[in-house]
Amino acid sequence: MRFIFKTDYEDDIRLLPHSGYIWTYGTLLVLLALAPFMFSSYIMSQIVFVCIYATVGVGLLILSGFTGQASLGHAAFLAIGAYTAGYLQQYDVPFPVYFLGAGLLTGAVGALVGFPALRLQGIYLVIATISFAFIVEEILARWESVTHGNEGMRVKTLSLFGAAIPRDSASFYYLCLGFLILIIVGTLNLMRSPTGRAFIAIRDSETAARSMGVNVALYKVKAFAISAAITGFAGVLFAHKMTFISPEMFTLQLSIEFIIVILIGGTFSLHGAVLGAIFLVMIDPFLTYLKDDMPGIIAGVAATFGASKATASNIQSNVAAFASANGLKGAIYGVIIMVFVLFEPLGLYGRWLKIKLFFQLFPLYKRATFKRQKIYVKSERNR
Amino acid sequence: MSYFRAENLSLHFGGLKAVDSVSFAVEKGEILSIIGPNGAGKSSIFNLISRIYPPTHGKIFFEDQDITQEPAYDIAKLGIARTFQNIELFENATVLSNLLVGRHRHSTTSLWQELLFLPGVRSAEKVHRRRVEQVIEFLDLEPYRDKLISGLPYGVRKVIELARALCSEPKLILLDEPSSGLNVEETDDMSFWIRDMKSELGITVLMVEHDMSLVNRVSDRVIALNYGKVLAMGSPTEVQSHPDVVAAYLGA
Repeated sequence: MRFIFKTDYEDDIRLLPHSGYIWTYGTLLVLLALAPFMFSSYIMSQIVFVCIYATVGVGLLILSGFTGQASLGHAAFLAIGAYTAGYLQQYDVPFPVYFLGAGLLTGAVGALVGFPALRLQGIYLVIATISFAFIVEEILARWESVTHGNEGMRVKTLSLFGAAIPRDSASFYYLCLGFLILIIVGTLNLMRSPTGRAFIAIRDSETAARSMGVNVALYKVKAFAISAAITGFAGVLFAHKMTFISPEMFTLQLSIEFIIVILIGGTFSLHGAVLGAIFLVMIDPFLTYLKDDMPGIIAGVAATFGASKATASNIQSNVAAFASANGLKGAIYGVIIMVFVLFEPLGLYGRWLKIKLFFQLFPLYKRATFKRQKIYVKSERNR
Repeated sequence: MSYFRAENLSLHFGGLKAVDSVSFAVEKGEILSIIGPNGAGKSSIFNLISRIYPPTHGKIFFEDQDITQEPAYDIAKLGIARTFQNIELFENATVLSNLLVGRHRHSTTSLWQELLFLPGVRSAEKVHRRRVEQVIEFLDLEPYRDKLISGLPYGVRKVIELARALCSEPKLILLDEPSSGLNVEETDDMSFWIRDMKSELGITVLMVEHDMSLVNRVSDRVIALNYGKVLAMGSPTEVQSHPDVVAAYLGA
C-alpha cells in the first residue's frame, strides 16, 4: 500500500497525487489515441457516443452531483446546442464560431433556468426542469422557420479550417475525445478552486455556505450556466454525429439517460460520468442481442431439455415478442436505476474503489468500510 | 460607540415574540455570553445577526455600520463568522475542503481563471492553504486533514466547525453552544481555545452557552435572557445571583 507523504502545499493541489497516476492515465491516453487503428468503425462510433454522453455527464455532475441541484432537463440543453449548430451552419458560419456560440447560448439559457430554480428544491426542482424540457421540445416542433418543426433538420458534415471531418472519421473521434478531456480537466480545475468548493458547500448545507460568505443564489446560477454550456457544446458534437436532428430525439427519455449516466457511474466523482456513459452506450448493443439472438438460444435450450418442436418454436416467438416489445428500453432503464439506488448508491466508480481498497488492505478489509450510517440528525430548522 | 450593537432587536413569529426588543453592545476584544433557559431566544438572536431571519424591528450595527439590511452572505464578508448549535458541516467533503470554504470571503479569483487554473489561482490557493494550516495547528486538528466529515465523531466535528469559522479570519465570532455534546475534557479544551482566540488572535466573541462553568471561566460579561427579553446584564457572578435569573431557572 502506498503512503503519500506530503511535504508541500502543492501536494494538496496537484491533480495527479503520485507517479502511479501518471502511468495509468498515460497508458489510457496512449490506448485512446491508438483506438482508431485497433477497432472496427462500429466500435469507434460507439466510443464517440461514449465521449459525447460522458461530456454531458460531466456537465450534469457539476449541477446534480456537486451542487446538489437535480435536473431532468438536460436533453433540452443538448437540443439547444444541436439546433444552434444546425441553424448557424445554414449561413456558412465556421465551426469554431457556431461551436462557441452554441455553448454560450445554452449557458445563457441555463442561467435563465437557474433563476426560477433558486427557490425550488428536490422534487420540485425536478418538475420545474422537466417542464422546461417540455417547453423547449414544443418550441422546437412549432418554430418551423428556424427548426423546420417535426420534419427535422439536416446537419452538414463538419468542416474545420477547410478540411471536412466526416462523422465516422478518426478526426471526429479525436475532436470528441479532445473536447471531453478538455472539459474534464477544466472541471477538475474548478473543483479545486473556491467556486468548486462553494458548489459542494451548497450541496451539503446551504445555511452554512451562506454564513461562510457564499452567495448561494449566484453560485447556483453559475452551476446551472456551466452545466448547460457544457451540455450545449456536447449538443453540437451530437448533431454532427447524428447528421439529422428532430424534436423527438430530445425527449424526457434522453434526460433520463443522462441521469442514468451519472447515477450508474457514481455521483461523487468525474470517473462516474465516463463509466456511466460506457455503461449506457452498451445497453443498446445488449438490447439488439436480446432481440436477435436470445429467442433462438432460449428455444435451443428448451429443445435440449426435451421440449417438442412446436413448444420450442412457441417459446421462441414469445421471447421474440417480449424482446421487441415497445417501451422495453424504458422498463430496463427503470430497473437499472432502482437496482443501483438500492444496492450500489455509490455507482460503478464506488464499486471500483471498494475492489481497489479490498486488495490494498488484504486481508484486513472490513465490509462496513463504505457503510453509510446516519448518526447525527441534521437540523432542519435553518433551511 | 461600541464595536457591535443591537438596538431594540425583535423577532416575532405571528403572536410569538421569540426576541422582544433586545438591546446590547459588545466591546472590541471581549467575550460576551448569552445565557437563558430553552426557548429564551438565544439562538434566534444569532440567526438575526447572521441574517437567516430578517428582524421584525430593530437594527444591528457592526463597526458603526448598519448591517440590518445586508444580505446573509455579506455578513461573513464583513468579518462576522458563526458556528451552529446542531453542527452544519459539509458532510461529504474532507476536513480540508470544509476549512477552505471558510476562506471563501477572501477569494478573489474569477471563474475563467479557475477553469484554467492560472498561476494566480495556484498561488492564492497556497495562501489559503497556509492560513488553514495555521488554524489546524491552533486547534490540534492535524490527524483529520484528509478525513471525510461523515466519518468523524461529534466532538471533532464541533472543533472543525470552530476551525471553519476561524479560517475566515473573523473580527467577531458567534459561537452557538460551543460545548454542547462535548465531554469534560473537550469542554476544557474549548474554554482554552476561546480564551486564546481572544488573547492571541484578537477576536471578539459572542457566545450562547448552557454550561455555566464554561461561561464563568471565559466570559467577561454575561447577558441573561428569558422569553425573548433581557433579564440581567453584567459580570458572570452578578448575573447568576440576580433574583430574576434565579427565578427564571428555578421557578419563582
